[in-house]
Amino acid sequence: MTELTGNVLQQEEAPSVNVDEFDGGPDTVQRATATPQELQPYAELGLKDDEYERIREILGRRPTQSELAMYSIMWSEHCSYKSSKVHLRQFGEKAPPSDRLLAGIGENAGVIQVTDDLAVTFKVESHNHPSYVEPYQGAATGVGGIVRDILAMGARPVAVMDPLRFGAADHEDTARVLPGVVAGIGGYGNSLGLPNIGGEVVFDPCYQGNPLVNALCVGVLPVDRLQNKAAAGVGNIVVLMGAKTGRDGIGGVSVLASATFDDESQQRRPSVQVGDPFMEKLLIEACLELYDAKLVVGIQDLGGAGLTCALTETAAAAGTGMTVALDRVPLREPSMAPHEILASESQERMLLIVEPTQLDAVLAIAEKWGVIATAIGEVTPPGPDGLPGRLTIDWRGHTVVDVPPGSLADDGPVYARPIREPADRILLQADRAETLTRPSTPEALRETLLRMVASPNLCDKSWVTEQYDRYVLGNTVLAQPEDSGVIRIDEHSGLGVALSVDGNGRFARLDPYQGAKLALAEAYRNVAVTGARPLAVTNCLNFGSPEDPSVMWQFAEAVRGLADGCAELGIPVTGGNVSFYNQTGAAAIHPTPVVGVLGVLDDVSQRVPMGFPKPANPEGDIIFLLGETRVELSGSEWAWVTHEHLGGVPPRVDLPRERTLATVLAEAARVGHLSAAHDLSDGGLAQGLVEACLRNGVGARIALPEEHTAGSMPFAYLFSESASRALVSVPHGQEKAFTALCTEHGLPWTALGVTDQNAGVLDIRDQFTIGLDELREAYTSTLPKLFGGDA
Amino acid sequence: MSARIGVVTFPGSLDDGDAARGVRLAGGEAVRLWHADPDLHGVDAVILPGGFSYGDYLRGGAIARFAPVMESIAVAARDGLPVLGICNGFQILCEAHLLPGALTRNQHLHFRNRDQWLRVEAIQPVWTNAFTDSQEVLIPVKHGEGRYVADQRTLEELEANGQVVARYIQGNPNGSLNDIAAISNAAGNVVGIMPHPEHAVEALTGPSIDGLGFFTSVLKHLAGAGAQA
Repeated sequence: MTELTGNVLQQEEAPSVNVDEFDGGPDTVQRATATPQELQPYAELGLKDDEYERIREILGRRPTQSELAMYSIMWSEHCSYKSSKVHLRQFGEKAPPSDRLLAGIGENAGVIQVTDDLAVTFKVESHNHPSYVEPYQGAATGVGGIVRDILAMGARPVAVMDPLRFGAADHEDTARVLPGVVAGIGGYGNSLGLPNIGGEVVFDPCYQGNPLVNALCVGVLPVDRLQNKAAAGVGNIVVLMGAKTGRDGIGGVSVLASATFDDESQQRRPSVQVGDPFMEKLLIEACLELYDAKLVVGIQDLGGAGLTCALTETAAAAGTGMTVALDRVPLREPSMAPHEILASESQERMLLIVEPTQLDAVLAIAEKWGVIATAIGEVTPPGPDGLPGRLTIDWRGHTVVDVPPGSLADDGPVYARPIREPADRILLQADRAETLTRPSTPEALRETLLRMVASPNLCDKSWVTEQYDRYVLGNTVLAQPEDSGVIRIDEHSGLGVALSVDGNGRFARLDPYQGAKLALAEAYRNVAVTGARPLAVTNCLNFGSPEDPSVMWQFAEAVRGLADGCAELGIPVTGGNVSFYNQTGAAAIHPTPVVGVLGVLDDVSQRVPMGFPKPANPEGDIIFLLGETRVELSGSEWAWVTHEHLGGVPPRVDLPRERTLATVLAEAARVGHLSAAHDLSDGGLAQGLVEACLRNGVGARIALPEEHTAGSMPFAYLFSESASRALVSVPHGQEKAFTALCTEHGLPWTALGVTDQNAGVLDIRDQFTIGLDELREAYTSTLPKLFGGDA
Repeated sequence: MSARIGVVTFPGSLDDGDAARGVRLAGGEAVRLWHADPDLHGVDAVILPGGFSYGDYLRGGAIARFAPVMESIAVAARDGLPVLGICNGFQILCEAHLLPGALTRNQHLHFRNRDQWLRVEAIQPVWTNAFTDSQEVLIPVKHGEGRYVADQRTLEELEANGQVVARYIQGNPNGSLNDIAAISNAAGNVVGIMPHPEHAVEALTGPSIDGLGFFTSVLKHLAGAGAQA
């Protein structure tokens, strides 16, 4: 339907032109000049009237069929960020100054220097729409795409993570989408040899029909191997390396990622790309060998918008021109028309700029790895007067494209979309969960705990994570269900990175500004509890339609919150991705900013795990709660699970307190005070205790503080989701030094009890005792029951 | 001089670096071998690592068995060269008929990565001499096609001849017949194991360091062989 067909291109009556001259041939620049009145299907391709007029102004004629396809893709929401750009600028403007940032927003991924010689690069991206249409391939190619972004920076990809959100756990369509998505992520990532070290699995009816499949990748590079995408050096050769180009994925970004779903979405399956992880693995090894041999001048991955994006961005980045012979592109289907070749989103391809004298060496390395590499063009000079050069593309002896590359890559439309606070906001915030009926007897509390740990968002996620390889490469120090994934990046020094990725759509629905800050705070805290020093931020902003002013308000508020939060925490946003149009009809998803934080551990052997350890001392370790617990139940997991309630205001955000907590945790980890540390967030203290106990099968005896023992106060203390808190265990003999450290930094602490390896229970004094076996049964049986039993 | 253990890299091999690390941590010298090069470079033993050789789109190991390096390995293995195939390497050894039986899709149809208890049942001289009889070890499994199958007679022979090197305990992760996790050939120099010993060689990154025993075993075996020669 969206393809350019001969019928659409039929001429209007224009008697002054001899149409026969062009009969049967491609739509060339010459033909476009000669047939200015020809009707073009720009609206079907997603371009507005004024956008089409602007293209005509830029070119001084109508675009050719190929050019029209290129503009429609590059000016789509997904590629041009036309609705989000005006807001995203805050990330740069408010960012704290950093001399560690080697590459930032606008590059394929942000790069952060961690030692004199080593840098890391990481980024999270969405593949939401394709994963709904075709879960396996959509999710698989999401992994492939983000891995190529990391590869393009000169890094070896070393780990992936996947924040996932689905509709209600028991909805029949979730049973179609989730297993496919999980198998796709595993099938691709496992075959690439990348450990999957963390992520999220969240269920909420708001994601029914719009699952969120985000993918994060982290890579490591020697500082001097940093690559860039500029097609510098007139006369240099443009090489396309990797898979052949086919018809898959044509229009993926403009068709799928830039429009709202409707009943016809199921017919869009041809717009989903198909992945070949084996090819990607070869591509990774070939690229790394090329980098190390210093054979690459510039490099760009081919993802959304395929060749169009790679050609225009590399040329625009250098200000040079480029000439490309499209017939040289290796095709899966020889009948492909030029606009199809340019728009194809076939996976596992990279575009290289290499010096002519190095071409043979480049082709030899590609051949060694069994990867096709083809010279398809050449870098040409900038225009006279210092103007940027032009991108010209020939096909079968005809010029089908002649454009200024910057007009596609950089100068797309920018919209300050209308913004309006949602009409229901006041009512929503007034409907507080703190007024709901709470359990107030020990029996009711015990029952609530068992129900909560078995609920889909809090239960054990092994059914999902066992389908991912977490061991490959041999550097995984921590992986899910730990709070952060921790990867050793230097075997000699023990240097490592910690990564966590978090979001909470319910909090953001109640207040997008605070919700974004809470997501940031949670990811930051998850990194901090391992003992790592948080350094940098990436984000994936998942929202409904930007054409809806109330969605746009949510977006603007979330971006403002995230930018302010990063400034307060002193860590920069280094890159990210926006996914709009996550809505079906009028119903948008909860605004869901997903935030990734990366931290550094100087020595990964000092990392702190989440589970209470089997203690060396038979008296057990001492358990402390750090931070303050308020009665904060709005937007909580408890309110949702037990009352299907969403209203009120989210927990208070205190970012200076988060910084203090992180400082204390890092210092305590360094001197060995901590035997375990676990973030408290979804499900509150109760969930934190259960997870810390079940991790190694070590029980705990807890006494609630005096002021929280009456009526429903035990419940509030156990299930409130107050931020800036962590649960830690400290070996006997170190408690005085540890609490002195907390006091010195002004961090409130509460001694809660002791770990107990032998009793095999979680005991809350004067409330209840639950055997770990009973807890484990409740915690682990939910997903196998929903998605297929254990074999 | 420490023994030289070859680790083969096929296109799509993934755990080759990990296997080489295991060799080094055990005190050996890891020599990287390339699939297209039939020269074994005089190594004293060979490890076929985990991964998805050539993409394994047809069947695990089905293409790799035809690699030039495999032709050399098959000849050398029949002459007694110690060969350990891990996961995909096990699949390749079966496809190459250096080991009997086959590895099929996990019974539950999912890829599965978990820390798995095994019992080492055959303390044979080449690859398991560092273990004690019936020692229980914790080693990760991670595969989609790890269900060991063979005809009844083959299974009986394996059992009778002590060729079942290790068995899954506390749960069978893939539906393997007789809970088989690792087997050897009749001579004992060729072993295929589905779990990944190379992922259990450091306390920091593995669930245990039990996997190291496979690497130290072959080094000890080779040192003994050297002394005899």
